[in-house]
Amino acid sequence: MITFTMNGAALQVERGSTLLEAAQFYGFPIPTLCHMEGLSPYGACRLCVVEIDAKTRSRLVSSCTYPVQEGLVVRTASVRVVRTRRMILELLLASCPQSKTIQDLAAAYDVRHQRFRQEYEDCILCGRCVRVCEQQMMAKAIGFRGRGENRGIGTPFDVQSDTCRLCGACMYVCPACELRCSYAEPEKAICGGCANLSPQCVNVDKFDDIMCYMNPCVACEIVQR
Amino acid sequence: MMGVRMNPEDIFRLVDKHNGRHGCIVSILEDIQAEYNFLPRRALRIVASRTGRSLVDIYALATFYRSFSLKPKGRHMVSVCMGTACHVRRSPDVLDGFEQHLGIGAGETTRDREFSLSTVNCLGACALGPVTVIDGEYYRNVRSGDVGRILEHACRDENILKMTEDEQVFSVNVSCPHCNRSLMDHEHRLDDYPMVRVTVSFRRKHGWVRLSSLYGDYRIESEYEITPGAVVQFFCPSCHAELRSGRLCTTCDAPMIILFVRGGGTVQFCSRRGCKEHMLDLVDEEDMRS
Repeated sequence: MITFTMNGAALQVERGSTLLEAAQFYGFPIPTLCHMEGLSPYGACRLCVVEIDAKTRSRLVSSCTYPVQEGLVVRTASVRVVRTRRMILELLLASCPQSKTIQDLAAAYDVRHQRFRQEYEDCILCGRCVRVCEQQMMAKAIGFRGRGENRGIGTPFDVQSDTCRLCGACMYVCPACELRCSYAEPEKAICGGCANLSPQCVNVDKFDDIMCYMNPCVACEIVQR
Repeated sequence: MMGVRMNPEDIFRLVDKHNGRHGCIVSILEDIQAEYNFLPRRALRIVASRTGRSLVDIYALATFYRSFSLKPKGRHMVSVCMGTACHVRRSPDVLDGFEQHLGIGAGETTRDREFSLSTVNCLGACALGPVTVIDGEYYRNVRSGDVGRILEHACRDENILKMTEDEQVFSVNVSCPHCNRSLMDHEHRLDDYPMVRVTVSFRRKHGWVRLSSLYGDYRIESEYEITPGAVVQFFCPSCHAELRSGRLCTTCDAPMIILFVRGGGTVQFCSRRGCKEHMLDLVDEEDMRS
C-alpha cells in the first residue's frame, strides 16, 4: 500500500493505481472525457488534470495516467485546477459545440459561453473509439492517421476495413457523435439500428454531419461522405 | 493501380530484409518508397500481412511522416523554402513561378511524373534565400524569372555522376561469360576508353546500357532512365544469356552480375542501380602457368 495526501486527507491505495482511480475510490469527483473503464489510459483530453506538489513547485498532471507515489500531495479541485479545466472545456466547446457530453461537462463547471470561433468538428481526437476497437473488440479496424491539424481517425485508405465487424462500439463510446446517432429515438443512447441491420432513422436529411465508420451506415442508409 | 507495376515478390524481399527488428516498419516503408517513389496501397497490405502488424498501424505510420507519400511522386523533387527569411525575400513569388511553370500547385505532381513540387518550412540555409532544392541540389537567390532555367538545369545530365578522383583508374576489357564475345563498344568512348555495352531489362522495359569500363567508375548511359534502387537484369547483347553470377550482393542482397575480364579473371557488380558493391577477381598470369 502507498500512503499519500489527497485534498488534505491522508489516504492509502494499492501500488500501481493511478491518481484518478484513487480519487474515484475515495469519492473525489474528477471529470473525464477520454478515460473509459476497460480501456488503457490515454491522457488526451487533459480534463482530469490535478495539481501535485513536487519537491519545489506544484504542477498539473493528468490524473488518469499518473501513478500514485509515496508521500505525494494532490489537490483535485484547487483554484488552479478548476481554472485550467474551465479553459479546456471552453476549448473543447469551441471545437465541438454540438456534443451533449461536452455541453454537460461545461455546464457542470459553469462555463456559460466560450470566446473562440466555433469549429463544429466531428472529432476531438480523444481516441476512445480507436481504443475500444483495439482493446475490447480486438478488431483494430480504425486508427489515427496524419498528424498535426491533419490528424484524424478512420479506416486505412478510407475504405471499409476487413477487420470491422460493424459492431458499432466506436459510435457507442464516442463523446462527440453519440447523440447524433440516436437522432430518431432520443430517449435511447444509441439507436441499435446498426446491430439489427434495419433502417430506423426517419429524418435522414437531418444527419448532415454524421460521423460513422460503417460504410454504408446501415442505421440510416446514408453513404458516408 | 495508377499504372504502376508492382511485383509482390519485391515487397516480400524488402519486408524480409528488415523483418523482426525493432522499428522495422519504418525501414521497410523507406525501402518501398525508394523503390517506387511512393507507397502503393497493395504494398502496404502486403507489409501488414507479412509482418503480422495491423494495417491501421502501418497506415498511421505512412500518413504520419512527410517523407512517405501515398501518391506517386515525380522523378525530380522540387522543394521551395517558405521559411521566414526566404519569405521576406519573396519566396511566395518563387513558388508562384514554379506553380505556373509546371502547371501544378504545391504538394502536387506533374501529369508526366517528372516533377513534384513541395514547400518546406526552413532548410536552414537562410543566408542563401530564397532557396530551392531540386534532387538535393541547392539553388540560391532564386527569382521567379529563374524558374525555367533552374528546371532545365535539374533535368540536364541526369545519368552523369561525378567521377571520383581515383588515382588507380584503369580500364577493364570484358566479355560475356557465356559466349565469350567482347562487350566493349569502341564506337562510344568515355574519357577515351571504350564503354561496356550490355542489354538490360527492368520493369518490362528492355534497352541498352553503356557502362564506363573504368574500374571503380559508376557512370552509365542508358536508353531508359533507371530509377535509383531498382534491380536490373543484365543480358549479353550477342547471345542474350543473363549475366548473373549466382552470388548476392553483400550490401543489398540483389543478384550480382558477372563478366569475364580479358586476360583472366572476372569482375562482378551489383545489379541494383545506385549500389556500388563490386569485386574484381583477376587471375595472375603466373598462377595460370603453375
